[in-house]
Order: sequence, then C-alpha cells, then structure tokens
Amino acid sequence: MINKLWFYMIAIAVAFAATGRRLEILTEEIFSSLGAAVELGIGLLGGMMLWCGVLKVAEKSGLVDKISDFIRPLMKLLFRGIPPKSAAMGAMIMNITSNMLGLGNAATPMGLKAMQELQQLNPRKDTATNAMCLFLVVNAAPIQILPATVLSLRASVGSANPGIIILPAVASSFAAVSAGVITCKLLEKTCGGRA
Amino acid sequence: MNFIIPIIILLILIYGYLNGVKVYDAFIEGAGEGLLITFRILPYIGAMLLAVGMLRNSGGLDFMLYVLRPLTSAAGIPEEVVPLIIMKPLSGSGALGILADILKRSGADNYAGVLASIIMSSTETIFYTITVYFGSIGIKNIRHTLAAAVIADMAGLAAAVLLCRFILF
Repeated sequence: MINKLWFYMIAIAVAFAATGRRLEILTEEIFSSLGAAVELGIGLLGGMMLWCGVLKVAEKSGLVDKISDFIRPLMKLLFRGIPPKSAAMGAMIMNITSNMLGLGNAATPMGLKAMQELQQLNPRKDTATNAMCLFLVVNAAPIQILPATVLSLRASVGSANPGIIILPAVASSFAAVSAGVITCKLLEKTCGGRA
Repeated sequence: MNFIIPIIILLILIYGYLNGVKVYDAFIEGAGEGLLITFRILPYIGAMLLAVGMLRNSGGLDFMLYVLRPLTSAAGIPEEVVPLIIMKPLSGSGALGILADILKRSGADNYAGVLASIIMSSTETIFYTITVYFGSIGIKNIRHTLAAAVIADMAGLAAAVLLCRFILF
C-alpha cells in the first residue's frame, strides 16, 4: 500500500509541476527536503537517546509487569471468552503493555504470538473470532504513556513545551479505544461468524 | 505542563533504583538503542519529506487540500494536518515523516503542531496492523475489525481536535 501511495505522491507532484512550469523549483525542493531530513535526524538523536535510555530503566525495573497487573482485570472483563491464565491472554497483555511504553520492538512479536494463540482457540480457521477483532481494535489506539519519538521530534524543532501533548494524547487514545470496543461489541452479533 | 517531563524521568529512575536496576548501565544501553532507532527511521523520514515536499511545491497538495477544504474546515482541522490524518492509518514511519514536516514548517507549539503531535501519539497504523496480524495466521474473513478500527481512529481524531480547541487553545 505504502509503495503505491509514495509512488503516486511523486508522480502527481512531477505531473503538477510540469503542467505549471515549476520543474526548476521542484528540483530545488528535492535536494533541500533530503537535507532537511538529515538536519532533523541529528536533532532527533539527542531526544531518542534520552527517552530510550529512560525506557530501558523502566523495562529492567519490572515496570512492564506492574502495568500488566494493572491492566489484567480490565482485559479479563473485555475478553470474557479467553481463559485468564491462557497463553493467549498472557501474550495479549504483554503486547498491550509494550505498546503503552512505546516499546514497538517488543510489541509486534508479542502481538503476532497472541494472534497464533487465539487462532488455536478458533473453530473456523479462516474467519476472525470476536476476540481477534477486539484485540486488533485495542491495538489500533494504544494508550502511550511516553511517546518517545514524538517528544524527541518536538524538542528537536525547538518546542518550548514538548510534553504538553502527553495527557491529551492519552485522553484521545482512551476515547478511540472506547469507541472501538463499543463498536466491536455492537457489531460482533451482526457481523457473521461466531465465538 | 512542561514540569511533567523531569518528574516522569525521576519517577522511572527512582522505581528502577529501588528495584535494584543499575540505572546508569541501563540508560547507556537504551540510549545506544535510541541512536540505532534514529538511524533506522531516518530513511523513512527522508522519503516522506521528499514526497510531501515535492507534492507541496508542485501545487498538487494545494489542489488536494482545496478539494477537501469544505470537509476539513467544518471539522476545525487545520490544513497542514490533513496529510498526516490520511497517512497515519497507512504507515507509521510515513506519518512520522509528515509530522516532522508539519513541525518544521508551522512550529511545534501552535494549534497545528500540537494537534498533529497528539494525533501521531494517540492512534496506530490500523491498516498495516490488520494486514500483518491477520495475514500471519491466514485469516481471510476479518468481519467487523476494519469498521471498528476506523471508528476508533475517527473517535481519537475527534477527541484530539476537541481537546486542542477547547482546552489547550
């Protein structure tokens, strides 16, 4: 998908520039935009060192387990069909906790593991279960406690207040997850498939 | 609100210290990973700054924004943020590149910059996640997943706009 999108962005740009006789300006832009990317990357390095360093401390201190304990009751409530002590539940909780801490590298493998475990509980192997749909929707709007990349990016362009976005972002995620869960619960009866 | 960052850092360090983590060593390890991550995402940011920059300079972006204007102005969404909203569900790294472009161009602390940052931090790349997760186990019929995920995305966007307009600005 992204391959097509990126191609068309460039193709449309060249087509528009050609019809508007702006190809020279476009040439300047091509080189200056990549230069800007390098500048931005250098600015980003400092913030990423800071936040990834702090998050590593959090990871090693067992904060992941603490947050897991905190969300476990909620997960039991949401995923009633899944046994609370099953591998599926464990992987889902780890995935969501990793997402909350912005540990993308840990989140994806755990998410894929959770899908495999959920598939074992699935009677119809080509059709998604209610739990799978719900899990993906919860994944669609992770509540991030520390959005490290965005904070670093804001700091690197000289924001006076990089952290102003944290609480509103958590609130927006929460609104998104709530809407998604409600939609899931409403649609699971009408949208084919069982369990 | 800026007081929140030193406090978060301190709390995490205290928690680690009390739990016997070698906080300095852990920080060094994580910071090293942070450098690698930055290098890994830089090509994505470059590719996207290139495409968006070309689209803007050619007049193509203006045309698309002009077409979408009735919709976006009714929803109170600044024009600069529209490309991010389109890209976010499709590609996380692509969206990061667009966010970088918005922050550089219109600043990080005005309405557009803050709204874009909130959108970037609050929703995921739903199409990508759905494709990869279901693809990995061979599910063909995804039932209501897409509908619910899109509604979640919209709700998150609406919440971000409302919070920005009525609380932050």
